[in-house]
This record gives sequence, C-alpha cells and structure tokens, in this order.
Amino acid sequence: MKKRSPSLSWLVVAALVLVPLVLPAFWLQNIFAKAAVFGIIALSLSFLNTYGGMVSMAQMAAAGLAAYAMAYMSVNGSGLGVPLPWPLALVIALTVGTVFGALTGWIASRTRGVYLLMLTLAIGMGVFSFAQQNNELFNAFDGINGVAAPRVGHLSLNAPIPFYVLSVGLAWLLLVLVNHVVRTPFGLALQGLRDSDRRLAALGFRVTLHKIAAFALAGFMASVGGVLMLWYQGQIAPGSVGLTAATNILVIAVLGGLRRPAGAFAGALVFILLQTFATDLFFRDRYNTLIGAVFLLVVLFLPSGVLGLTDLVSWLRRAIRTRQAGEQSSSTP
Amino acid sequence: MLNQTSFRQSALGIAAISGALLVTPAWAQVKVGVLATLEGPFASPGQDSVRGVQLALDDVKSTAGGKSITMIVEGTNAEPDVVVAKARKLVEQDKVDVIIGPLSGSEGIAIKNYSKSVPGVTFINGSSAAEDTTLRDPSPNFFRFMGDGTQWMAGLGSYAYDVKKYHRVAIVSEDYSFPYSQVNGFMQEFCAKGGKVPAKLWVPLGTKDYSSVIAQLPSDVDAVFVVLGGSDAVTFMSQYNQAGGQAHMMGGSITVDQSVLSARGPFRKQIIGMLSSGPTADNNNSPEWKSFVADYRKKFPNGLQSPSLFANNYYTATKAMTLALDQVHGDLSDHQAAFRKALSNLTVDSPSGDVKLDGNRQGIVDVYLTEVDQNAQGQLFNKLVKVTKGVNQTLGQPREAWLAKGEAGRNYPSCP
Repeated sequence: MKKRSPSLSWLVVAALVLVPLVLPAFWLQNIFAKAAVFGIIALSLSFLNTYGGMVSMAQMAAAGLAAYAMAYMSVNGSGLGVPLPWPLALVIALTVGTVFGALTGWIASRTRGVYLLMLTLAIGMGVFSFAQQNNELFNAFDGINGVAAPRVGHLSLNAPIPFYVLSVGLAWLLLVLVNHVVRTPFGLALQGLRDSDRRLAALGFRVTLHKIAAFALAGFMASVGGVLMLWYQGQIAPGSVGLTAATNILVIAVLGGLRRPAGAFAGALVFILLQTFATDLFFRDRYNTLIGAVFLLVVLFLPSGVLGLTDLVSWLRRAIRTRQAGEQSSSTP
Repeated sequence: MLNQTSFRQSALGIAAISGALLVTPAWAQVKVGVLATLEGPFASPGQDSVRGVQLALDDVKSTAGGKSITMIVEGTNAEPDVVVAKARKLVEQDKVDVIIGPLSGSEGIAIKNYSKSVPGVTFINGSSAAEDTTLRDPSPNFFRFMGDGTQWMAGLGSYAYDVKKYHRVAIVSEDYSFPYSQVNGFMQEFCAKGGKVPAKLWVPLGTKDYSSVIAQLPSDVDAVFVVLGGSDAVTFMSQYNQAGGQAHMMGGSITVDQSVLSARGPFRKQIIGMLSSGPTADNNNSPEWKSFVADYRKKFPNGLQSPSLFANNYYTATKAMTLALDQVHGDLSDHQAAFRKALSNLTVDSPSGDVKLDGNRQGIVDVYLTEVDQNAQGQLFNKLVKVTKGVNQTLGQPREAWLAKGEAGRNYPSCP
C-alpha cells in the first residue's frame, strides 16, 4: 500500500485552509463541503471494498436512513415526527444508521463478490421503495422538507463557513479513523478476510462477526455523511436513497481511486464539479453523458483513479533522479 | 437530440448568452432561471415547458420593464431533492432574480419551502399543481398563475355521474401530491352526487410494469379514472390495450395532454373518447388560444402537434413576469417589493382565459371539460365539451370548511 508523500498532504491541508479566504460562499458550500459529505459516504463504500473485499451498494441507504431519522426528530416543514434536542436526535440517527449497517452485514454475511453486491443493492432498493411509499415515517414521495440545521450559539450549522469547517473537519477525522483502524488487529484481520475468508476461519477467527462489525463501522461513517447531507439539503426525499444515488456513490469511489481511502474525496470533488458545471460547459440535456464518459475514461486509462495521478508526481521525480544519476555516471570518465 | 442543429443552437445560445452578459451591464439585465423536468417520466412535458417560456420571451423580444431578460434553464427529474439542488445553483451561482418553475407537483412543494429561505428571489410556478403548494402554509414570494390539480377537475365528477351515467369508478393513480389533488377534485363532486369509488390503485411515479395493477382492476365498474402522466400514461394505456381491457376511461389533466396524444402506438384507439378536464382545450375557439397555437406551430415545427398544457402554463407564468416588470418599469429594488405587488394584483390574459390571483397568490382560472377526438388528419386532440369560468382553489366551497376536511391523500376523499 503506497503512502502519499507528506509534501502533498501539507499542500492539500494548506489549500483547504486557504479556500474559505479566497473563494466565494457558493464554492465553499456547494462544491467543497458537498464533496466532503458525499466523500464520507463514498469512504464507507471504499473502506469496505478495499480492506474487506465487499462492495456494498447499501451505503446510501444507511446514510439516507440516518438522514430520515434525524429529519423525523427535528423541527420540519412536513409536520412529521417528534422534535427532540438535536444532540439526542443526532445520537439516535447515527445509531439507526449503524444498526442498519450491521443488519446489512448480517444478511450479506454468507455471500461474497458479485452476489454480495446484488444482495446489498436489493436491500438498498427495499429501503428506497419503503421510503417512497410509507406515509407515517417517511412522508412518501415528498419526503421530509423544511428541516433547519441546528444552531450552536449564534452560528447556524448551515451557514457556509461553519458547514464547510464541520464537513471538511469530519471528513478528515473519518479518514484518520479509517487509516488507523486498518492497522489495528481488527483491520488486519479484515484484510485477511478480503484475501481469503476460509483461511481466516480456519485460523479461528469469527468471520461473520468480523463482517458485521465492518459493515457496522461503514454504516456509522455513512450515517455521519447522511446527517451532514440532510443539513446541507435542508430536506430528505426518496430520490436521495434511490438507484441513481447509490450508483453515484460507487462512481465516486471508483473515480477517485479505490486503493487509498482519500480517493473517495478526490472522486467526490471531481464528480461534484462535473455535476455542477457540466450543464454550463456541455449540452444542458446531456450532462449525464459527460459524467459517464469521464467515468469510462478513468476506468480505462487511470486504474488507480484520479488520486492515482499523484503517483505521477513521484514517478516523474524518480524518473528525473534516475536520469540524472545515469547522466552523472556516464559523464564521469 | 444530439444533431447538428441542436449543437449549433446550443453553441449559438451559449455565445449569445455570454455576449449578452458581457455587453449588458448587470443593472440592465433581469436573470430568469427556468426549472423544467428534462429527465425522467416528464421529459417530454419538460421540453414543451421550455418552448412555452421561449414563446413568451419572443413575444416581448426578451425585454421587459426596460431591461433585457436572460434565461438559464436547469433540468430536473420530478424528485424534490434534485429540484432544490438546481434551484440553489440558479440562486447562489447564477444569481437569478426570478425563477419560473417547477413542473411537477412534489417539486412545487419543495420549492415553496425553499423559497421561504431566499426572500430576495421571486418564484413564479411553472406547471406544478399540488394543492398544498399554496393552499396550506403558502410562501410570500411564490406565485401560481394557474389552477391546481383540484381546480382542474371542476365539473368532471358531476358530468361523469349525470351525463355519462358512470356511478361506479375505479381509480388508477400515481402516488404523489399532484394526483392526490386531482383525485380530490374529482371525488368531491362525484361522491357528493352519490357516486362510488370501490378501488383506488396507487403506483409509484415512473412505474414501467402495470400488469399487477391491470389485474387488480375490478370488473364491475362503469369506468376507470386514470391519473398518470407523461411516459407512465403511455405505458399504462399500451399495456391495458395489450391486455384487452375494454372499460370506459377518464383521464386526469396530464393523462390526455398533447405530450401523450402525440405518442404513437395501438393504444391510441383506446384513448379516443376519453373524458378529461384541465386548463386547456385544443379546439378552443378563443382568439388568444388560436394565435398561441399558430405561433407555437410556426416557431417549433419539431415540437408537438399542438401546444400542451405545460407550454400554456409556462407561457402564462413568463407573460405574468414580463407584464409585471413592464408595470414597475423594471424596479426590482427592496426585495422586489413593487414587482411582487404588481404580480399580486395582475390579471393575465393567458391563451386559456384570464388568470388572477387570490389571497394565497393562487390562480383563479377557467377550466375546460374535454373529450379526446380524432381530426381529419388522424391526429388526436382534446375536444371542448364545457367551460367552467372563474374556478377558485376551494371549488366554490367556503375555505374554512374545505381546509377542515383535511389534506388530499391516499385515504381522503373516500366513498367506497
């Protein structure tokens, strides 16, 4: 597993700190913060795939359920639910998403590969259909709208700079968490599970429990993304947990590169940029074609995703150094 | 359509907009965002909506109140999340002054809630026709110059019971806010006359397979009331025709809209004679409608054979905007206060009759009862049967009593 060069990490941190000072609020909220939010959900998928070998299409459903739970327990414009103080509602919403993740892992524990993908997709679609048709909890097709983000003191968490700081900060924390977890015994066993779960079982590990725990952790991460998504949009509707939304998360994860957890955020940034500006740069009616074409190009020519481009820098550096060394040795008589 | 003409048009369009934006200073421009469903089941109606806006802007040569009008179109897919995301892009990035749209019922409710958070932008409804957008908890900067789904059904229930003698009707309907309003409008009159609705079958928007619905339709009903739209209507009628269904049919306002009547297929025979009600009638004799149709056909030879109600509604909304802008001489200062006051007091001479607004900024409109017929060229059109003038949001009933009856939904109204 390649480690990103530290200079690049510092560059990214510096850029993220400078962004609020340089760019207008539209960019803060609708590009960077939104990329962080969808990146967090994609991170949960990328984590399960890269370190667990399991592609779960139910991550958006976990995020959506947490968002619905949070909306149900917040003051909203649809007249649904019981408003609770937001820290309590937040804890309950995150628990809902985590428990859903664990349940998904439990149902999918005996499958692997493409069958696991199909099973998790079916679970995700089940959640979508239920949300679309249930009136009492989900408000059916209209969804729950008019949800206000919580206020901390005078700050509304929905305002551009607080939301940017919150989402980028949480994204960074979750990235650190993932990088830490994969080095713990749990994480190493998870990678053993990815490589061969039968061998792991033969060694005495409880493979099913491991899978459920990994799914629960992914569910927790997706829930964080889901609640942030709710605060960003101010509403949640079945369209946000549907097939297109679930596929978008997969596209984001692949676009950014599945080899490193940070790829999820690179992919999210590229995707959000495409989605926002494609209608201005391309035919208004065909912007989905542009996104699909970019996805195809990345899959064909950049197998490590967009983040793989950073390898280009170190490759160039090495190439230059080798060349220089070669020239030196050939020039000495 | 990815062909030469549309590429040229888009390129010219982009060049024209950039040219206009570069040459015209900001204070001499009014930026208008248009929200239309260009994807999903309502893509064809969405395209026609944009044609409606284009017609209205061409009428005034894209100038109103002394300012030049720039139009920015964003496509949605009838889902509430997507429409709010696009509206935010129009407001926060493109910095529009007015938004015309959206098209679909549930989009309208989401946009109404969003409009409350951006008091500096005026929202003029495109074609979204759910009741609750203006009936309950209206927004002060959201204007609807057209009827809602309930108003569009004025006269249908009574006509079906009295004239057609349908006493038992089953309903097949999409499961969201706009069809709830249409079913409400129909059943208010139908149930009051003594009609019975033994079965209501709700399908999610965008359903492609209606076999289970067709199997559940009761056989002892006099007619089936179909409240589906766009591609859903075409799919259902095709599958019903293939299944050999013979029942009399009535349609919701968008079920027999021109966007459906222009589609090809064997189901067309089934549609002939279908009773419906809505904001337009294709053979309306009024001079305004005739000149609107002639204009539409001349400007859009590749459009539908006759303008749909979506073109009519978006045209009316845009015309209202240009009339109000002219009245206040383009004054959009002070959170557009003068402009909004002008809109509230406006009577728009739309192609389908005069439209004025009530206290909730909801339109009071003329409603046309129609029947589908075929003309000499074999084209289907909505033949006018009866006009009901000046229908308001509570169908003439006292407002308090209407509100007290409860929100239109799956279980209300009910008369099994």
